[in-house]
Amino acid sequence: MTGKQPFEAVVTEHGATVLRVCRAVLGPADADDAWSETFLAAMRAYPDLPDGANVEAWLVTIAHRKAIDVTRAAARRAVPVAQTPDDATAPAADSPGGGLDSLDGDLAAAVARLPAKQKQAVAYHYLAGLPYADIAAIVGGSADAVRRAAADGIATLRRAYPGVTATKNERRAQWTPMT
Amino acid sequence: MDTDDMTLDLAQAFPDSPADLRRLHEKLAAAAQRDGILDVAYRTVDSPVGPLLLAATDAGLVRVAYASENHDTVLQALADRISPRVLSAPARLDAPARELDEYFGGRRRGFDLPLDWRLSAGFRRAVLSHLAEIGYGQTASYAAVAALAGNPKAFRAAATACATNPLPVVVPCHRVIYSDGRIGRYLGGPEAKRALLTLEGAQ
Repeated sequence: MTGKQPFEAVVTEHGATVLRVCRAVLGPADADDAWSETFLAAMRAYPDLPDGANVEAWLVTIAHRKAIDVTRAAARRAVPVAQTPDDATAPAADSPGGGLDSLDGDLAAAVARLPAKQKQAVAYHYLAGLPYADIAAIVGGSADAVRRAAADGIATLRRAYPGVTATKNERRAQWTPMT
Repeated sequence: MDTDDMTLDLAQAFPDSPADLRRLHEKLAAAAQRDGILDVAYRTVDSPVGPLLLAATDAGLVRVAYASENHDTVLQALADRISPRVLSAPARLDAPARELDEYFGGRRRGFDLPLDWRLSAGFRRAVLSHLAEIGYGQTASYAAVAALAGNPKAFRAAATACATNPLPVVVPCHRVIYSDGRIGRYLGGPEAKRALLTLEGAQ
């Protein structure tokens, strides 16, 4: 009888996606902490995860909570700085996508400026490939509300970056596992 | 605009980062060890008899596996039998890796490692626990080993115990052969068994 796969396989299959999600939701500075907290908590709880559970949705659920924790901790120790506008239409001069090139960095920065609900909906749907109903279960509210938040977020990103690559292909459910 | 069928290529903005993931993985292994949730740590080492998988619980070395056993299959078996909290975490295997390297380099004749015997039980475990009494470079027959374990007639069971040894090389089942000189079954194949006996200078 074969039960759960070794936790190593979970890290290999989902580590990259969870890191993308953490970077999209939190920005590069706090993403590492959120990833570490997520996988440590997941490893702790792993023996009790029901067989056949959707591992990616489970990990994003944990990452969502950890991202909230990290954001709160950051807010507590934050020194007030100039506010970033919610509805910015031009890339900020010093981009939170730091180190990334022009368009990609700008897009990361634009994602960073989205309101939290839109950012989460975009990250969990377009980066993690979760259906809206699953995302609603994670963030609260209805699947329709999540769909609208994702659509609003994407519309904002398109307004800011009309040149951004938008392809009409299969929604990605999985990313190539790291080797 | 219908965004349902559209994938905005956000992946470009949040690229894959294998180096970051390796660093985060190392951090995870250290944190899991610190928190006492690293139930099974493993690594692989190269050896003259091919890559060996080494796995340890917090009690000690629990499994040594040849490539012929299929390391993925072995890891799945460890997840099933011990705990699914199995992680690549080389640090816990530093001492076994070092001692094996010394052994294969001819600089070590015995192993001084904590062993976790939980994967063998009963008579098989009794047999395996006596194998260290067969000295480096020596051989013993299955009947002799059965006698060491307290049941001289159980040489078939002794042979099975040796053939299913979860800790080959370290627990020297390779030193047990048929009394007529035939080499007998071995997890790593007869070539590996012969190679170890040659290394040890047994005839």
